[in-house]
Amino acid sequence: MTSYAYRKFKDKLFFVLSLGCVIIAVLPLTSILFEVIARGASQLSIRFITQAESAGGIGQAIQGTLILIGLTGLMGIPLGVMSGIYLAEYGNNKYAASMRMFNDVLTEFPSIVVGITVTLVVVLTLGYYSPLAGAIALSFMLIPLVARTTEESLKLVPNSIREASLALGVPRWRTIVSVVLPDAKSGLLTGILLAVARIAGETAPLITTIVGSPYFFQGFNQWMDALPLRIFRDATQPDPKVQAQGWGAALILILIVLSLNIGVRLASRGRLRR
Amino acid sequence: MNPRLSGDNLFRILAATLTASAAVILAVTGYTLFKGSLPVLQRFGLYFFTGTQWNPVLGKEIFGALPYLLGTLVTSGIALLIGVPLSLGIAIFLAEMAPRTVRVPISYLVELLAAVPSIIYGLWGLFVFRFWILDYIEAPLSTYLGWVPMFSGTPFGLDVLTAGIILAIMITPTVSSVSREVIQAVPNSIREGAYSIGATKWEVIRNWVLSYGRSGLFGAVILGLGRAVGETMAVTMLIGNTSGAAAIPTSLFKGSQTMSSLIASGFMEATPGSLEYSAYIGVGLLLLLLSLSINAIAQVMVTRVLKVKGGAVE
Amino acid sequence: MKGRADKEEALNTQNSLLTSEKMQSIGLNAWFGAKQALKNINLSIRANFVTAIIGPSGCGKSTFVRCLNRMHELVPGSKVSGQVLLDGRDVYAKEVDPVLIRRRVGMVFQKPNPFPTMSIYDNVGAGLRLTGLKKGKNLDEIVKRSLEQATLWDEVKDDLKKPGTSISGGQQQRLCIARAIALQPEVILMDEPCSALDPVATAKIEELIVSLKRDYTVVVVTHNMQQAARVSDFTAFLYLGELVEYGSTKDMFENPTSEITEKYITGKFG
Repeated sequence: MTSYAYRKFKDKLFFVLSLGCVIIAVLPLTSILFEVIARGASQLSIRFITQAESAGGIGQAIQGTLILIGLTGLMGIPLGVMSGIYLAEYGNNKYAASMRMFNDVLTEFPSIVVGITVTLVVVLTLGYYSPLAGAIALSFMLIPLVARTTEESLKLVPNSIREASLALGVPRWRTIVSVVLPDAKSGLLTGILLAVARIAGETAPLITTIVGSPYFFQGFNQWMDALPLRIFRDATQPDPKVQAQGWGAALILILIVLSLNIGVRLASRGRLRR
Repeated sequence: MNPRLSGDNLFRILAATLTASAAVILAVTGYTLFKGSLPVLQRFGLYFFTGTQWNPVLGKEIFGALPYLLGTLVTSGIALLIGVPLSLGIAIFLAEMAPRTVRVPISYLVELLAAVPSIIYGLWGLFVFRFWILDYIEAPLSTYLGWVPMFSGTPFGLDVLTAGIILAIMITPTVSSVSREVIQAVPNSIREGAYSIGATKWEVIRNWVLSYGRSGLFGAVILGLGRAVGETMAVTMLIGNTSGAAAIPTSLFKGSQTMSSLIASGFMEATPGSLEYSAYIGVGLLLLLLSLSINAIAQVMVTRVLKVKGGAVE
Repeated sequence: MKGRADKEEALNTQNSLLTSEKMQSIGLNAWFGAKQALKNINLSIRANFVTAIIGPSGCGKSTFVRCLNRMHELVPGSKVSGQVLLDGRDVYAKEVDPVLIRRRVGMVFQKPNPFPTMSIYDNVGAGLRLTGLKKGKNLDEIVKRSLEQATLWDEVKDDLKKPGTSISGGQQQRLCIARAIALQPEVILMDEPCSALDPVATAKIEELIVSLKRDYTVVVVTHNMQQAARVSDFTAFLYLGELVEYGSTKDMFENPTSEITEKYITGKFG
């Protein structure tokens, strides 16, 4: 082969190889989706979704996940958004730079470490496992994510809008709340929803804080179930019928997570992204 | 009205205070883990980091976390070995080779890989993928290369290799998207210069684009390592859950344990306040320190490259 | 059908040899997406002479030279129609590989772009390494000769291992010229090679351009008319994507045929 022919061959070869990498990466995704649907769909029924474990359903897990999302959101979203606002709007100083760094560091915390920390701090202090502890653990993970996406979205808002408002005599805080935030609305919402989708699927922090349960929510001082926990429990049981329920739970979880992800992306593509 | 109490100042102070929540969480975590590991560290000292025995039985306690550190490093190493070339291939394809129309859908599919929760990777790995790995990768390797120490032992699918392969898939979205940004930040003038001396597309990429972006790409790899180290659920379900000296990964086909999977499977079994409890916290502290250092290095490398070279990322 | 194409080609080759036309564009059109940058350019580049392409900003002169070595098509969304003949053969013919064209038609860019990850030596030798030339005496000689031709050898001969970007702007541009020359191209295209340089460096490069025509065919794009008058033998004036006038530099500047040309040359717009 001449040198030139060899070069052309390599050119084509590496095109094929890199395309191959893409295909190899996408295959697991299709397999996962296929298996979850194939194995989980048979489990789906009204009973499955609404009844508790004793009746063969995962209702308590779905409820638990929803409760966790609600509590975590209540705690984490305001904190995250305010952090993002501070970093974006007032963030040109040393304090903000260090806070930003701490925030970035927190996003990479291993989830199990978050779990045991909250166990030590909250559960041992309270003396019992609690859905609140689970929500606090998930908030630890939600806050830095929301802070980052909020900061990024706010930074995209053109300065001319801020200046126009300030020039009209509107106080700075009011400008931020009434003018800047609404302008960044879609970016903010996207960031929040994606962060929620991410923590909805977290298991490790819940193992040590809410533990899991076959019953519906029984109180803030009791164990609670959640979809990821349920999947973990069912998958590691020997009974195939129970394992199948795990797949059903996985299907519900993936539906929630993927529809949040895909829905958010589709919606933000429709709007003019600035 | 007292100017110090103006709406603006109050708002700013409120926001500034709330922003400290990340720092507070970090401090609380560090302090709690450190305090909780003191008992086991005081009792065993250096052995905790270099020893291999792990026995929680009262009266015979001994806790050495080395096997789990090795488990974490080996599985993450496998994840990098497989995941980095894969991610680089994807990044190159999307940044340099793919026709424009195809870029957005494909990069979106790769991003979706990141949206799948870890527990579902574990579930799929446990019931589906591990048999595929067993049949098509482990069995042949064991048959033909079983004499190599790395491939010794009878494989049954729940081991270091399977965990490593799943981790490779899980870190691919991160490594490939950061790599892609690094590649796209390479100035076009370099590419033009290379094309003008008659280089083929692959030559432009290999000899110039990749070498210009090499420190950023290295940063992307370290970022992937950080993700792999911190991953818990998928690994817990696929690594075989052994303990003590038996968990040392001497072969790819051996069941093992990572620091995160150890805690996930064992923490709830321990009695709060006991030495065993402290041992798990100690492993958590070790995991946290490892993860933080890796991520610090990665952040520095990546942000320096992307900022300096004028990339799209701020 | 095939017979006719062959005959045309033979005629073109004959013509270009007769009139010493190294390159020729025939009905060349170029687009950036929907925007048309070149309209039906018919222009000849004569061998072993310096041809200047002048015109106001945005007239398409850069686009034109980039069509000569098939660099324009690297821009996403770009399109080219028409022919560009190199020694009578169309470089845009289906079976022609742009990689080979770019070896024969080299380019120097407006902003000097030596490879920052390579040494001065490696910068010059880069093109040859691609075609398989190994390190050794052969390569050493070619690097030396190219740097000499680019009048850079004396200044860098002790620093060949230093990075290509460690020298001054004017030196970097001469390095880029050496890099292009190392491949022994037949044509050298220069896209405003001096616009990023100081007057001293500019003067050095203008001298170099004139000396290059002994061995190469040179095309220089410039927005500086005095420069065109100094270095070129022939000049083409482009305006709004069209070729307005072409002729010997002397004739063009002393006796422009078109009114627009005259206005541009006398500085009435630009």
